[in-house]
Amino acid sequence: MGEAVIEARGLRKRYGEVEAVRGIDLRIERGEVFALLGPNGAGKTTTVEILEGHRTRSGGEVSVLGFDPGRNEVALKERMGIVLQHTGLEPYLTVAETVDMFRGFYPRPLPLDEVLEVVGLEEQRDRRVRRLSGGQQRRLDVAVGLAGDPELLFLDEPTTGFDPTARRGAWTMIRNLRTLGKTVLLTTHYLDEAQALADRVAIMVRGEIVAEDTPTGLVSADADAVIRFRAPAGVDLPDGLGLREAAEGLVEARTAALTRDLHALTSWALAEGIALEDLTVSRLSLEDVFLRLTDESGAEVAP
Amino acid sequence: MKAMRLVLMQLKYQERAFRRNPAAAFFTIAFPLIFLVILNVIFGGSDLDVGDRVISGATFYIPAIAALTVVNSCYTSIAMSWVFDRDGGVLKRVRGSPLPPWAFLVGRIGHAVILMLALLVLVVLFGWLFYDVDVPGQTMPAVLVTLAVGAFAFCTLGFAIAAVIPNSDAAPAVVNGSILPLLFISDVFIPPDLGTPAWVGHLSSAFPVKHLSEALQTAFNPFTTGAGFELVHLGVIAAWGIAGLLFTLRFSSWEPRV
Repeated sequence: MGEAVIEARGLRKRYGEVEAVRGIDLRIERGEVFALLGPNGAGKTTTVEILEGHRTRSGGEVSVLGFDPGRNEVALKERMGIVLQHTGLEPYLTVAETVDMFRGFYPRPLPLDEVLEVVGLEEQRDRRVRRLSGGQQRRLDVAVGLAGDPELLFLDEPTTGFDPTARRGAWTMIRNLRTLGKTVLLTTHYLDEAQALADRVAIMVRGEIVAEDTPTGLVSADADAVIRFRAPAGVDLPDGLGLREAAEGLVEARTAALTRDLHALTSWALAEGIALEDLTVSRLSLEDVFLRLTDESGAEVAP
Repeated sequence: MKAMRLVLMQLKYQERAFRRNPAAAFFTIAFPLIFLVILNVIFGGSDLDVGDRVISGATFYIPAIAALTVVNSCYTSIAMSWVFDRDGGVLKRVRGSPLPPWAFLVGRIGHAVILMLALLVLVVLFGWLFYDVDVPGQTMPAVLVTLAVGAFAFCTLGFAIAAVIPNSDAAPAVVNGSILPLLFISDVFIPPDLGTPAWVGHLSSAFPVKHLSEALQTAFNPFTTGAGFELVHLGVIAAWGIAGLLFTLRFSSWEPRV
């Protein structure tokens, strides 16, 4: 096991009667890109803000780079970078001035040109902040987070509200961070983002972590596959396969024994002399896993 | 040394951002002069009884506009910018960086005070050139001390009022609503001998603006004998400043309130 950059045990946060974070454990190792994935209101931002030192916790143990973030120590802030959800930068300064100002806060800043290159803002270096596009402003946020050459970078929903091109750009940037050897804690509510970028993913729902694994691990831990085809007219479907109606005139079955069930289905179709139109077999996507996990834990707390 | 460098850096970027918004910069600078000219046109024609002496309207309005400048540069601009930066996440971002909060604050206050001093020089020069009002001589130390105490009090009160403003949409209404009535009843816009009812004077004496304007009147008045320090007024202003400071320390926040 590598060195833990972030370690949390039984982390809790209560706002009055509401418990936003209900005792979670986290361990993030050096050099990892770790995604905290969950629907809005799951407690992701609260968790991250406790780790950043922006909020106090109600309970549990937390260690970030060996520090307790609740103690607000400068020595910790010098070693981490924070990219918040909302931007707050002086609109009349240029990109280079903004990054330079933040570089001045840190003892060993990253060279300006290197920061601008990682986030892809070299061409906008002399442009005023207010003249940047939304995607460029977000990349400047990341640049500001990187200015001090942090070992650990928090990225809170880095691509929310982006168009597809801007998202691809941001993804390239986050992959650049990995090659710099940074540890990244990313929150997102986009599944494809977690799948594309993260080494490990934790799914957070209603203040709890309901699953944690590599993106492929999360999907294959669930060995199920889905068989879908267009329902043939005027024929009774075979029993025993768990077939049920799905959207757009399709029927589907989830199976843990794909070869056997597919054989049974195709044998039946041949015997009946019908073609199985639009037949597909697919693994569960991360989205299927996610939706099932969020549904399940929804059912748990529902009265 | 490092602390000094951080503060100077804050000042440098603040000043740069200020210059690059010319419309805002122009009106910030022109504001006290516009008031000086308008008030002189309306009320400045006749001589005024101020305290026990008779002075020209123009002589009255230089310290009056100086008081307005202190209030505007410190109270109004600090309260507004603090609320806007708090809601915009600027303060939160600073909090997440290793920049010490006090360095950020000193930068903010420094920018406000430097701007205030520049505007005051402009007002005094303008009065000397166009209204034939003398520049204070032997009372200059009293002018500077009064300005320093006033700047301290109105800066802390700016932070204090920011702490009770819920969001940036409410900021202009709360800031102006809290200060404009005081400016009207504290001998800043309207000279004292226009037959204002006595109770208005009693009411305004409870607040710091009246004491600032009276202390500045004495310090600027060419007929003042002695050093021109109004110790009681200065004491009241300082007391408000300390109250503002304590309130700020207790209730101010760096987090957006959304």
